[in-house]
Amino acid sequence: MANIIIELSKYIIIILIAVYTFSCFSVFLKESEEEEKSVIFRQKVLLFAIQFTAYLVMFLKTGEGKLLLFYLAQVIMLFALMTLYTLIYPTVSRLIVNNMCMLICIGWIMITRLSYTSAVKQFIFVILGSVFSLIVPVIIRKVKSLKQWKWIYGGAGFAALLFVAVFAVTSGGAKLGFTIAGFGIQPSEFVKILFVFYVAASLNESVSFKNIVITTAVAAAHVLILVLSTDLGAALIFFVVYLVMLYVATRQPLYAVAGLGCGGAAAVLAYNLFSHIKVRVAVWKDPFASYSEGGYQVAQSLFAIGTGSWFGMGLCQGSPELIPVAESDFIFSAIAEELGLIFALCLILICVSCYVMFLNIAMELRNSFYKLVALGLGTCYIFQVFLTIGGVTKFIPSTGVTLPLVSYGGSSILSTMIMIGIIQGFYIVREDEEEMIEKKRETAEKNGQKTKTKKKRKKPGAFEEVPKQRVR
Amino acid sequence: MYFFVILFLALMAYLVYFNVVRAKTIVNSPYNERQNNFAEQVVRGSITDKNGVVLAETQVAEDGTEMRVYPFGSVFAHVIGYSSQSYGKSGLEASENFDLLTSNAFFIEKIRNEFQDKKHMGDTVVTTLDASLQQAASQAMGQNKGAVVVMEASTGKILTMLSSPSFDPNQIEYEWDYLNTDEDNSPLLNRATQGAYAPGSTFKIVTALEFMREYDNYEDYRYDCYGSINYGETTINCFNSTAHGTQDLRSSLANSCNSSFANIGLTLDKTSFRKTAEDLLFNKKLPCTMDYTKSSFTVDKNTDASEIMMTAMGQGNTLVSPYHMALITAAVANGGKLMEPYLVEKVTNYTGTEITKNMPKNYKNLMTAEEAFQLKEYMSAVVTEGTASLFNGAGYTVAGKTGTAEYSMSDGEKTHSWFVGFTNVDNPDIVISVIIEGYDGNDGARAVPIAKQVLDAYYQNQ
Repeated sequence: MANIIIELSKYIIIILIAVYTFSCFSVFLKESEEEEKSVIFRQKVLLFAIQFTAYLVMFLKTGEGKLLLFYLAQVIMLFALMTLYTLIYPTVSRLIVNNMCMLICIGWIMITRLSYTSAVKQFIFVILGSVFSLIVPVIIRKVKSLKQWKWIYGGAGFAALLFVAVFAVTSGGAKLGFTIAGFGIQPSEFVKILFVFYVAASLNESVSFKNIVITTAVAAAHVLILVLSTDLGAALIFFVVYLVMLYVATRQPLYAVAGLGCGGAAAVLAYNLFSHIKVRVAVWKDPFASYSEGGYQVAQSLFAIGTGSWFGMGLCQGSPELIPVAESDFIFSAIAEELGLIFALCLILICVSCYVMFLNIAMELRNSFYKLVALGLGTCYIFQVFLTIGGVTKFIPSTGVTLPLVSYGGSSILSTMIMIGIIQGFYIVREDEEEMIEKKRETAEKNGQKTKTKKKRKKPGAFEEVPKQRVR
Repeated sequence: MYFFVILFLALMAYLVYFNVVRAKTIVNSPYNERQNNFAEQVVRGSITDKNGVVLAETQVAEDGTEMRVYPFGSVFAHVIGYSSQSYGKSGLEASENFDLLTSNAFFIEKIRNEFQDKKHMGDTVVTTLDASLQQAASQAMGQNKGAVVVMEASTGKILTMLSSPSFDPNQIEYEWDYLNTDEDNSPLLNRATQGAYAPGSTFKIVTALEFMREYDNYEDYRYDCYGSINYGETTINCFNSTAHGTQDLRSSLANSCNSSFANIGLTLDKTSFRKTAEDLLFNKKLPCTMDYTKSSFTVDKNTDASEIMMTAMGQGNTLVSPYHMALITAAVANGGKLMEPYLVEKVTNYTGTEITKNMPKNYKNLMTAEEAFQLKEYMSAVVTEGTASLFNGAGYTVAGKTGTAEYSMSDGEKTHSWFVGFTNVDNPDIVISVIIEGYDGNDGARAVPIAKQVLDAYYQNQ
């Protein structure tokens, strides 16, 4: 009988996630706030239903009582996070909060299945991350001088990377970070945020050729030092984020083309200079031919995805433990194996919908500094998702980065939650502005026709900049 | 900014493509340890010949212990392979492992199994093999060492794949150590696909093709054979030093005149020769789902005259498998077009409901239709007036090429005997490639009578 429940649960989970994913996009089409609210409520129900089904299956399979306690703790935690967020910040984007919780929840399920102790650690990270993501919006709202600290961002970020490159211990072929009290810290995850702030502050100041040259030089230094400490994934992310931000700030296609050209040339050069890059590319071309020289990881990952097929093997019924670092870099493959490719595709779509939401917020922002930061962070997020999923599926060479919010890893989860906190902060600031405009208009209306011209100018302006966003 | 959305659409399309097209091959990889987990829920399916004759099945005893049984013993040992707990898998047991351990049983039955805690029945792999033909080949082969491959030229279906000496896959667990250490006989080696032999005179087909490509007036070629040819310090003799007299290209091939082909070799452009050989898949990957050895052809622009003479008549450094020779012959028979060879006709669930079916696929054009037509005519002459006259009056027409490859062993001069050919020349039925390994001295063409026995059996059963 338990077998039937487990078998059925596979399909139930897939249906639930499919409905959730659909709602992530259909919400863009909803006109009224009422409709949007009902979608948000439905999403929460779906989330908890998926979590319940998954933990029920895992409990039936393993019979371990501690899973039930852990499940309860998670429910309370997620519920608290959702409620606190909306209580403290009534104007926050609840869709993003939902998606964030959903991704965390999927990660928890898979990590619990792989290693209970890791899952407990991840639980602690999420609590920490939640605290940060609740504090960050306040800072954004109160501190108005954020855009003036460009050299602090650049300097601190660069120094941190340099420190890692010089002192960090090599693990898994790359110098990534330090281990303190059993918890690994990976500074590049946080430097990403500083870097985005630096570029935004600098380009916001001026887009004169001279300033662009300086900014590019600093950005290139960041990338170079990451390449030297063999953190290729991060190097690529920094590079792409910089290109996108430069293009958005200047609207000069020439810069983007030149940047891509330089990037291409640098990639060829790096390929010929560094043996570890050659290995990655060889593995990508044919992981089976180079099975014992590094192809092992990708090959196992492909076995997992292929074996799982559309509907997956079912939780606790596959062998994701055969994939190296299945909890962090290769969690996508583990998910595809046990929960199925349909689920995995939905997961990709949820990540994409997060990105679209980030973009929407960025587009709605008036403050050009905030706008650049939001765009930069959004790019950072989505490109990392692309690198990790593309890497484990052999779409592109594997670069060894985590899937934000889903993968196991304290630094990754903290930095992503801070990123989301920052974007939420911007969203709140904008909502504040909206309110102020609204108030001004009201007072202006009370004062009579004197400010009529002003009102006319403001109102369409506001609507032009805040269109109801749709997916194109 | 929607650049990333497009990127992700591409990624998702790739994932779907991967799952639909690539996944099965990848999951089948012997590196994949996951397959063994399937065995906990599925009773390994059967393998049958094209008429449903069981070639391998799993018998489940009362107490649930499973035993893999191969009713034909050693006859299908290489092509079907073995599936052993301790020693892994080979042949179709390895390449079709995924399907054999997948159950497409009717879903209500699967639910019932779940309730009763019973295993599902794995799918059946229906091969293109013909059990009676394979048995005939096995009998014809007798105690000889060698291999036989029979396939349909127009579809690529493989009907027979035999390697001798063989082993009994039912006994693999007990005989493994002995089988693995028997280096004189190498019984585990699938000689059909993994054997690398000098092609002997069968390679003259390739040389003739190259000559035709280089010289438009190849029909005017004449050579006076006195039983041997001298060039520099190299002397090449015809078989038994027979003087063949005046030879054109057709009679050179029909009589397998070494001197004439050595002479042709000296006129060939080496780079072009290599290209033609590579067109015929030498030094290239072969379409083959089993373990195989790539054939090698080493002539390049630095090759000396002596070696080119040897190579042109089929000695030299060239190495080829019986399977590869069958493919070349199939291309000649099929108007130059090689159909992708295949062994699995279809996969059904255990009650016989079809799940997937393989259809004939074009693999590659190895030569033009005109070239194939000309070679076909020359190969007919081999039977009507040349070295394979044994087939005259067989009740079916044959075109082919014999071969004798000499090589030195520690125990003296030995010869391999080859025959490659196809039947019903005007509208070819089947292609056959036979090699009989290493016997002493100049004992004629041994492969021809064995090929004839197999072909006779084919037409008797029709």
